[in-house]
Amino acid sequence: MNNIFVYLEIEDGIVADVSLELLTKGRTLADKQQCKLEAVAVGHQLDKIGTQVFQYGVDTLYLADDKRLSPYTTLPHTSVLVNLFKEEKPQIALMGATSIGRDLGPRVSSALFSGLTADCTALEIGAYEDKKAGKKHNDLLYQIRPAFGGNIVATIVNPDCRPQMATVREGVMKKEIRNPKHEGKTVKLDIAKYVSDTDFVIEVIERHMEKSKVNLKASPIIIAGGYGMGSADNFGMLYDLANVLGGEVGASRAAVDAGFAEHERQIGQTGTTVRPKLYIACGISGQIQHIAGMQESAMIIAINSDANAPINAIADYVITGTVEEVIPKMIKYYKKNSK
Amino acid sequence: MSFNIVVLAKQVPDTRNVGKDAMKADGTVNRGALPAIYNPEDLNALEQALRLKSKFEGSQVHVLTMGPSRAAEIIRESMYRGADGGYLLSGREFAGSDTLATSYALAAAIRRMGKIDIIICGRQAIDGDTAQVGPQVAEKLGIPQITYAEEIISIVKDKITVKRRLERGIELVKGSLPIVITVNGSAANCRPRNAKLTLKYKNARTATERQTSSTDYTDLIEAHPYLNIPEWGAADIEHEVKWLGLTGSPTKVKSIESVVFTAKESKRLTPDDTEIEDLMKELIANHTIG
Repeated sequence: MNNIFVYLEIEDGIVADVSLELLTKGRTLADKQQCKLEAVAVGHQLDKIGTQVFQYGVDTLYLADDKRLSPYTTLPHTSVLVNLFKEEKPQIALMGATSIGRDLGPRVSSALFSGLTADCTALEIGAYEDKKAGKKHNDLLYQIRPAFGGNIVATIVNPDCRPQMATVREGVMKKEIRNPKHEGKTVKLDIAKYVSDTDFVIEVIERHMEKSKVNLKASPIIIAGGYGMGSADNFGMLYDLANVLGGEVGASRAAVDAGFAEHERQIGQTGTTVRPKLYIACGISGQIQHIAGMQESAMIIAINSDANAPINAIADYVITGTVEEVIPKMIKYYKKNSK
Repeated sequence: MSFNIVVLAKQVPDTRNVGKDAMKADGTVNRGALPAIYNPEDLNALEQALRLKSKFEGSQVHVLTMGPSRAAEIIRESMYRGADGGYLLSGREFAGSDTLATSYALAAAIRRMGKIDIIICGRQAIDGDTAQVGPQVAEKLGIPQITYAEEIISIVKDKITVKRRLERGIELVKGSLPIVITVNGSAANCRPRNAKLTLKYKNARTATERQTSSTDYTDLIEAHPYLNIPEWGAADIEHEVKWLGLTGSPTKVKSIESVVFTAKESKRLTPDDTEIEDLMKELIANHTIG
């Protein structure tokens, strides 16, 4: 009872990275709270889920396995979680801030009247004094998230309602195996007790999921373009540089909104958080919400025609000039000097 | 076939282009320095609603917004673009609402609006980016939801087919009415204002707006009742006090900090050939690249 739960997102039998990242975080929180870490898998043919997640320190794995539960639809997955949470009364429930988690989380929180904080960038345990109610809580979940376009960071707590729910974007937390030999307990749920037939009102007629072509998180070198690139065509030279250096191309929110790059390349609070060895920011002014997603890069080079662009403040090298001039030179001199 | 459609829309501070004066010295947000705009994805939602209205003759589109009295601007803007009217949900009972308390109030207001077939709203609002209100309204009303919609493909009898744009793909799903649909920014842009409608509705006002204005709207409203934008307070919707505003909000803000990044000591370079070559040599030498 009162354990920490993580909802596992599953595509083609594989547990999503974001869920493994949350298990890693959940394990740390569970150690701190001296409670169990429990995971819930809802879908079909879930036999191999245990071997994927136990090594992250999962104590109990709940399996809701039924043909009708895959692919994901809102209502049956909601019913599994709501009914399971009513029985198990978790103190904390975490899910990915993905298309699924952001569809499921609010529905579950509304049904349970429990607070949900979206897109947290950090989760900690701490005390909270509710002066109005004259109550002191010693170990609440601090749900830390940016707000107002990233200009502020708010710490949110849910003092009275359980579970304390939070979603976290992929790549924000680190994924780390706890113990490759750890074996937890598996509990198979009797679907009929959790889901009703009327939950299956939404029918998925067609589904085209692409394996992500872009793996920003895993790339040691990222060449990112901003609105200052001017056009999707101009992004071409970023791909040239990325190819030569063996990196991946990223983009700021403004560049994605302008249609210069695909959404999956977006870096920042509303995109992916990255920590590469080298980050080359091209024509990016450096809005806070972008910087928050790349500031932990080991080395940052900013190329901008504006000598006072905010991003320059966090860059190791600032090249004041146009990308059209600088990038071809980088390619040229890299080729000349590398063996 | 015709449908009663409600669009949930929100007036938000424009957080996308935040200037330096947007933050006060104490780290709080200076809302006054941010222009108030129609939440962008709610405009995508309005467009989907207006398309249904033109496709299914006799359909009605009403906008529901919760906010201070100036949020009536959102309703007028919607009417200029083709909505039939709207309702402003306003009052201090709603102050401090988190997404759950907001959803409770909106759901109660929707119930008061009568038989509704389709509720359409933007996926999320740019001041919070939570994407929670749509699904929570659906849960409060006990009806299904389709989130991340890019296009409403068809409605046949009570079955609605919707194309969803997800992070890593697309889905075509079929659901049944009544339903809540949240619309993605990738959906069609909203049509602009219509000149005739703008002329027709430019004097549409809520009671509060009329009271605080120096213009006398009495005769206008009498002649054109559609110029009255209904304003509802907590008393106008069926509710329990404990679910409204701060008491109805399970999440509490513990603290707020403004974001400050530690500046580094940067090396400044020019695009000069020798400087770029030296930089590339250095990056190769310290194994950052290569």
